[in-house]
Amino acid sequence: MTFALSRRTLLASTAAVALPSWLRVPAAFAQTKGGTLVVAADTEPRSLNPAIVASNGVFYVASKVVEPLAEMDYQTGLRPLLARSWDASDDGLSFTIHLREGVTWHDGEPFTAADVAFSAMEVWKPLQNLGRVVFKDLETVDTPDDHTAILRFAVPTPGQLIENALPALTSVLPKHVYADGDIAENPANLEPIGTGPFKFAEHKPGEFYRLVRNEDYWEEGKPYLDEIVYRVLPDASAKSAAIETGEIDLTAFSAVPLTDLARLEATDGVTVIPGGYEGITYDLTVEINHRNPILANVDVRKAIAHAIDRNFIVDVIFLGYARAATGLVPASAEAFYTDDVTLYDFDPAAAEALLDEAGYPRGSDGTRFSVSLRPAPWFNESRAAGDYVKQALQRVGIAVELVSADPGGHIKAVYTDHDFDLAIGTPVWRNDPAISTTVLYQGGLPPGVPFANQYGYDSAEMNELIAAGASEVDPAARVAIYADMQRLAADELPLLPLVEFTFTTVARERVQNVANNPRWATSGWADVWLDA
Amino acid sequence: MRGAAEAAARIGAALGQRVVVLLIVAVAVFALLEVAKGDAVDAYLAQTGGGDAGYAETLRQSFGLAGTVPDRLFTYLGRLVRLDLGTSVAFGRPVTQVLAERLPITLILMGSALLITSVVGTILGIVASRRPGGVVDTLVITVALVLNATPGFLVALVGLLVFAVMLRWLPVGGIGTIGRAEGSPALDMVRHLVLPVSTLALTYLALYVRVTRAAMIEMAGADMVRTARAKGLGGRRLLLRHELRPALMPIVTLIGVQGSAMLGGSVVVETVFAVPGYGSLAAMAVAQRDTLLLAGVVLSGAVLVVAVNALVDILYGVIDPRVRLAGAAGRG
Repeated sequence: MTFALSRRTLLASTAAVALPSWLRVPAAFAQTKGGTLVVAADTEPRSLNPAIVASNGVFYVASKVVEPLAEMDYQTGLRPLLARSWDASDDGLSFTIHLREGVTWHDGEPFTAADVAFSAMEVWKPLQNLGRVVFKDLETVDTPDDHTAILRFAVPTPGQLIENALPALTSVLPKHVYADGDIAENPANLEPIGTGPFKFAEHKPGEFYRLVRNEDYWEEGKPYLDEIVYRVLPDASAKSAAIETGEIDLTAFSAVPLTDLARLEATDGVTVIPGGYEGITYDLTVEINHRNPILANVDVRKAIAHAIDRNFIVDVIFLGYARAATGLVPASAEAFYTDDVTLYDFDPAAAEALLDEAGYPRGSDGTRFSVSLRPAPWFNESRAAGDYVKQALQRVGIAVELVSADPGGHIKAVYTDHDFDLAIGTPVWRNDPAISTTVLYQGGLPPGVPFANQYGYDSAEMNELIAAGASEVDPAARVAIYADMQRLAADELPLLPLVEFTFTTVARERVQNVANNPRWATSGWADVWLDA
Repeated sequence: MRGAAEAAARIGAALGQRVVVLLIVAVAVFALLEVAKGDAVDAYLAQTGGGDAGYAETLRQSFGLAGTVPDRLFTYLGRLVRLDLGTSVAFGRPVTQVLAERLPITLILMGSALLITSVVGTILGIVASRRPGGVVDTLVITVALVLNATPGFLVALVGLLVFAVMLRWLPVGGIGTIGRAEGSPALDMVRHLVLPVSTLALTYLALYVRVTRAAMIEMAGADMVRTARAKGLGGRRLLLRHELRPALMPIVTLIGVQGSAMLGGSVVVETVFAVPGYGSLAAMAVAQRDTLLLAGVVLSGAVLVVAVNALVDILYGVIDPRVRLAGAAGRG
């Protein structure tokens, strides 16, 4: 292991062994019921339907109202929510879900297997951004009784994949609300009805969302809070000011600038919490357009890998809240991660030697060749990484022209028009390689599929591994396939993973049970309480 | 009767002109966003993450982006004639509904900022003009110019830091306390609006100060003021009736011009202070490539500006009766 561990991620990665300090709530401490939790929201999604749009912005609000079958858990891996248990058949053709009994929808109707069957067949498979991939071979859902749903697949589908998809991809919608009319136009997409610990109360556009306690929640005694209010605060500085003055109790998803964190940590009553996002780890990558003949040369890509100092990015750009990546599977995904891959140390001399050998010597002006670089505009850190990568590459003789666009323009330029040489990307890991990671390596995708291989990279060997992983039903064999894939990716370097990062939460100290699962900000918050 | 018919014809012509202007504005906004790289689906995907091959196409269908650009433009203009602004892609709701929600707060924010900046600016201008080149004059002009030269976001952030974070006198943002309300809602809203309104007002103060000061100094040397003074007039009556009244003409003109400039300035102020008005809506519409929403904001903003200018026209007549008489002969 040659990559560096930062202090913060060391803390986070030991979470499974010894609970980090912010989780060690004394057992005898009685939770106080009641109170309003006020949190900051950056955006107001056009739809609050997490079954159609599986995205963090939607989950942040909607996951408290509409529940999935299971949630991620630090100790047990998965914690049952609407499902009590599940098992996959050995042939991978069926996946049986045993549902919780005595659960009611917020409008009083009982929750049954028919709701799960409807959500799977009519929503997850045809409409959901991620479900369209994972559930593509779902053929039918049998409901032998009100509390059993059996997903039946046309071709072998790994039970491991379906299990890993439970937290993010299986939000269940009420069939009686959605059965009639166009699902995409249903008013419940704006005022969701679910089974979750909180009921949707109101949305004042541009101002706030308000959720209120579900008195009939299936988990006895929960939730603790009376209300959750999401205040719309688009400006980052305004968010840190609001948490400092106590006008809000919590901001999630690193909404506060990293440079403000030290000041906030020193503020009385405010705490910075670095965990709780392992299930949605992001990677900062250099995306490479293989249509450029120079960049199609693997030695040039290796040279670029040697030219970039990942630890500099971790320390200076992420202020320690990140770690150097070895591949696109993050180290926190212990089931799939392997560090037994080719590593590329920071070594500008090696980079220059590789470029010389590849036939791109420095010209009279010191430049070997020039490329364009488009940094993803949506994170401060991805923009800053663009500036750094430009400097790092210029040091080894590659001239770089930075090209900036806003999010819509960036997506179009990189993933539809392929109008780039290099780009800084931020793909997200979602608990299983087959959900949103293998698409970054898979050849033959049509233009216009975003956050996927639009790089012109097409390797028969890689495509075979991806296909094998998507249908291997034996979990151990499947893990081995993805280990091979990580090794091949490190050898061929179709794109360069630089660092992996998650987010931080800034909260008033009185907010309890923060960051106590790997998808905390996008989970149900039934156990969150306020210390008086 | 003949006068009334002429006036009606004049108003009709003026309205017609403005409708043409609004139409050009509508087409220009539509074209601008179509030229920008990436459409509403691209912006949406940037926010929500990926999908498979057919996903973007499905979204384009449901967002109403499937047709060609001219097709969509003609559909849009056809709807516009029936006063239907279409559906916002970012909100998934009718544009008129989204605009209506934001109109009251926009009017309150810009109206109070416009009122404060013009009244305070005029008073400061008068004060400065009493002794041109004196200490007070230099001080007023310098402060006003520094404020004018400071970017709006800086004024906003410094105000936020000093009055909300350090002194804790005022709330950080929003237009009302949510979840922890105490006291009267109206007072609560006023407290929330102090910072955004004064930021917006301060940015535009300098122009009023300078215009008032110049006009007052010019009037002080005018024949009619000298005559009035010779007649023995002095003090407040001379200042208000003979000097200020004619000087008000350029100030009122400025209000008409500033009305539209402020719509631009409010983008920054509304974002920093989380005020849900037209400014933040316009910024969001651009980022989301929400063509119909942006067109709606610009069109209704244009209507607002036209309305302010109509008001200014009336004010001209109040201030200077000659305008009313000369109206039929020349101004259109």
